[in-house]
Amino acid sequence: MGEAFARLRAGYGAGPRHLLVLLLCFVVTGWVALRVAGEATAGRMLLWFVGAVVLHDLVLFPLYALVDRGLRAAAGVPRRPAASVGVRPAASAPGPDDAGRAAVRLALLNHVRLPALGAGLLFLVYLPGVLGWGADTYRAATGQERTPFLGRWLAVSGALFLLSAVVWVIRWTRWRTVRCSRDPAERG
Amino acid sequence: MPTSDPATGERADPTGGYGVPRRLWRALDRHRPPGTDAVTTGWRSPLRGPRLTSVYGLVLLVTLPLVIVTGLLDYAAYSPQFGQAFPVDVGWLRLPHFDWPTRPAWLFRLTQGLHVGLGIVIVPVVLAKLWSVVPKLFDWPPARSVAQVLERLSLLLLVGGILFQIATGLLNTQYAYVFGFDFYTAHYFGAWVFTAALVAHVVLKLPRLVTALRSRPAGAELRTPRAATRPEPPDPDGLVPTRPGPPTVSRRGAVALVGGGSLMLAALTVGQSFDGPVRRTAWLLPRGHDPGSGPNGFQINRSAAAAGIRPADTGPGWRLTLRGGGRTVTLDRARLLAMAQHTARLPIACVEGWSTTQTWTGVRLRDLAALAGVPDPAAAHVESLERTGLFRRATLQANQVRDPDSLLALRVNGADLSPDHGFPARIIVPALPGVHCTKWVADIDFRTHG
Repeated sequence: MGEAFARLRAGYGAGPRHLLVLLLCFVVTGWVALRVAGEATAGRMLLWFVGAVVLHDLVLFPLYALVDRGLRAAAGVPRRPAASVGVRPAASAPGPDDAGRAAVRLALLNHVRLPALGAGLLFLVYLPGVLGWGADTYRAATGQERTPFLGRWLAVSGALFLLSAVVWVIRWTRWRTVRCSRDPAERG
Repeated sequence: MPTSDPATGERADPTGGYGVPRRLWRALDRHRPPGTDAVTTGWRSPLRGPRLTSVYGLVLLVTLPLVIVTGLLDYAAYSPQFGQAFPVDVGWLRLPHFDWPTRPAWLFRLTQGLHVGLGIVIVPVVLAKLWSVVPKLFDWPPARSVAQVLERLSLLLLVGGILFQIATGLLNTQYAYVFGFDFYTAHYFGAWVFTAALVAHVVLKLPRLVTALRSRPAGAELRTPRAATRPEPPDPDGLVPTRPGPPTVSRRGAVALVGGGSLMLAALTVGQSFDGPVRRTAWLLPRGHDPGSGPNGFQINRSAAAAGIRPADTGPGWRLTLRGGGRTVTLDRARLLAMAQHTARLPIACVEGWSTTQTWTGVRLRDLAALAGVPDPAAAHVESLERTGLFRRATLQANQVRDPDSLLALRVNGADLSPDHGFPARIIVPALPGVHCTKWVADIDFRTHG
């Protein structure tokens, strides 16, 4: 028995449990596929299933990663591992002031990232309402007209950005006060 | 450089990690498409690693079963034993048949509210989990054995499944049927594909999750600020980047960010399951809308106009037909109002997750059953005046007919039902899905056998 398992492991690449659970998973999927294949819209379902993965992995992820890169570049926050960004300052020895400035830039980046992520999340989740899709279905269901929630989404997103900005200003002011009180000569 | 371990023999790996046929897998490994190395070394986030992935994984491990089970319960709430739950033909892919209870009256409100609410709230966690493992997608070689090919295929089902379920669910709750296929069929069978892939994934990955979470006490991670955040040690899955950049947030910060996203969604969603001012907090959902004032000022799920109900159908000429045991009884609305009236405060909840509690007055269904000559019916089949809708008829179980609060409602909140709420008469049964509380009732057939 043990030898058979070892052979399976060498040939298949994993143990019997691995094979068993995956076969079970594919049996269920196959059964569902057979059941759904009779539907006239089966092709569309498959398209949406695969399309969802493609849209997330090859559109949404690259998109937000790219936006984040742009934000980092704009804020001047380095992406790459560099000697000067490690725990210890590099030979060129950026002073404590440089470190402070880097911290401010990083805080600024995060205070843009956070509301941007929030706004993006709300847009994704409440997309049909924001764009005013399904107004006919809504009318049939409720007898009421529906106005797109675009204004509402903009309002919530704007509030997120505003809140983030206010908190940042408070943090920045505090940071300046601390720095100035530490080194009054610097104020000039 | 893998060396043999004579003690176990198992660790010995003369195959180089390749399955059969080794030549194929080795060749695949060697033929790296251009750009692969740039991608592999291009991942920068020092946060990525098994520990962060496991935190998100653990949250989903707790919440997803709840979403799955409440989804299956919602299917059961439609009494599939009468062939009236959609999709109808699901073979053995369902819970065993049982009579959906009428108590507690808020049962369906709870299960469906949880299903939709939790489903929305976990969206950020799902996105974060996918972000944390995205380097795996661009791994080269994509597989070193048949086992890895199969596992990757199951991951396609897992990721496709969760995204498909989220997308169709979100679109359905917001009335946007842009997908062009039947929602019930797609969402129900999609759930099974996802669940099967999830079970496989959990069985295969749970040990790794436990190891990763145990590798460092949670308290230590929570006390680590951004500046002290370090990449995890290299892991066998290659989630930890080879050349990590400086951290811009701590791990606790990343988790808090995702949690904050979930809280924000929760705050903008739960309102649809409550009455009063709280409802307005569902600011971006259709059911946060003000449904109007007065006794009939609550949510409508199908307007009389959409159902093709003409005023002539529901005027003085309207009659309710009761059938049972070979007997037929016809009643007008005045006769019904002259019968013993019962008032019950009951919630009505929709599959889309929203719900509302109202005070209904009407004739007990069991009184109507007795009048029809079937005091102890096994089921009651209710037909609406509506001619076309998917839910123009519904069969009620014995316990649903017998419940003292199960009514043929004629009035709501002290006023006659409005046309949109089912005038002249509608069904209201505790814990019954809203669409089975048939409106504009024309005919009730009390049956002695299911």
